[in-house]
Amino acid sequence: MTQAVMHNEHRDDLGSKIGMWLFIFTELLLFGGLFIVYSVYRYLNSTAFHLAAHELDVTIGTINTVILLVSSMTVAMSTTAIQKGNKKLTLALLGVTILLALAFLVNKYFEWGAKIHHGLYPGSAALEELGRGDILFFGLYFFMTGLHAFHIIVGVVLLSVILIKTRNGKIAPDNFQLLENGGLYWHLVDLIWIFLFPLFYLIT
Amino acid sequence: MENEKHHIVPFKTYGLILLALIALTFVSVAVTRIELTRWSTAVALLIATVKVGLVLTFFMHLKFDQKIFRVMVPLIFLLLIIVIVITFLDYLYR
Repeated sequence: MTQAVMHNEHRDDLGSKIGMWLFIFTELLLFGGLFIVYSVYRYLNSTAFHLAAHELDVTIGTINTVILLVSSMTVAMSTTAIQKGNKKLTLALLGVTILLALAFLVNKYFEWGAKIHHGLYPGSAALEELGRGDILFFGLYFFMTGLHAFHIIVGVVLLSVILIKTRNGKIAPDNFQLLENGGLYWHLVDLIWIFLFPLFYLIT
Repeated sequence: MENEKHHIVPFKTYGLILLALIALTFVSVAVTRIELTRWSTAVALLIATVKVGLVLTFFMHLKFDQKIFRVMVPLIFLLLIIVIVITFLDYLYR
């Protein structure tokens, strides 16, 4: 038994990738459902949503959009780098992606901090006075950007594991499906933000 | 599994796609700032859809992947669109 296990390691890269995509589909349906909730409430409370959206900081939103887009590119580039056998560049690109993800979270912290400082958070007295539409808008804002930020945190952990595995040689030019799947997850986080950004920050 | 050719996407492609994505972001910010009223909503969502298309096609490798992915992914978005349309038919005509 000890000798026979050495070669012919069981691996199914295509199956692994299909599994990742199936997971991404469930995530798309989860956020898709939230987008529907948002659009229905927006339709029913258009004036309140219009005024509430003006409270959001377009500059921070734009900066975070650019940060996520760049990080999406760096993680995509890391799959090219590993296929070219350039381990050092792969590690560097993964490191940059993780740093950009953390920068996104720092921005989010300050953005949420400013809202909470102004008394705008679910259940706050200031929000109760504003009325139903504002309660719905800020409830959805905190829930949807919060769920998205949670996905960023998960992505940081996932990409860190991938970075360590790449350094240890577990992810190599002939075995990089985990890196590609991690990249797919990161692009999903990007996709969701691409819709969150105009819906909350731009369309007022 | 090993004998499948994996398409290596050049760095330059990713760079160009990123530039397009950032340019589209600034266009959508600019368009919604000018207050084109009802059109700005449509334009912002249209631009977001184009951006999502670019990310799916190039960053997520759909252009270079096996056909099964290019069939499955559009079907999921179609499902979402159908659910959105049905929901709004309900709200608009109740």
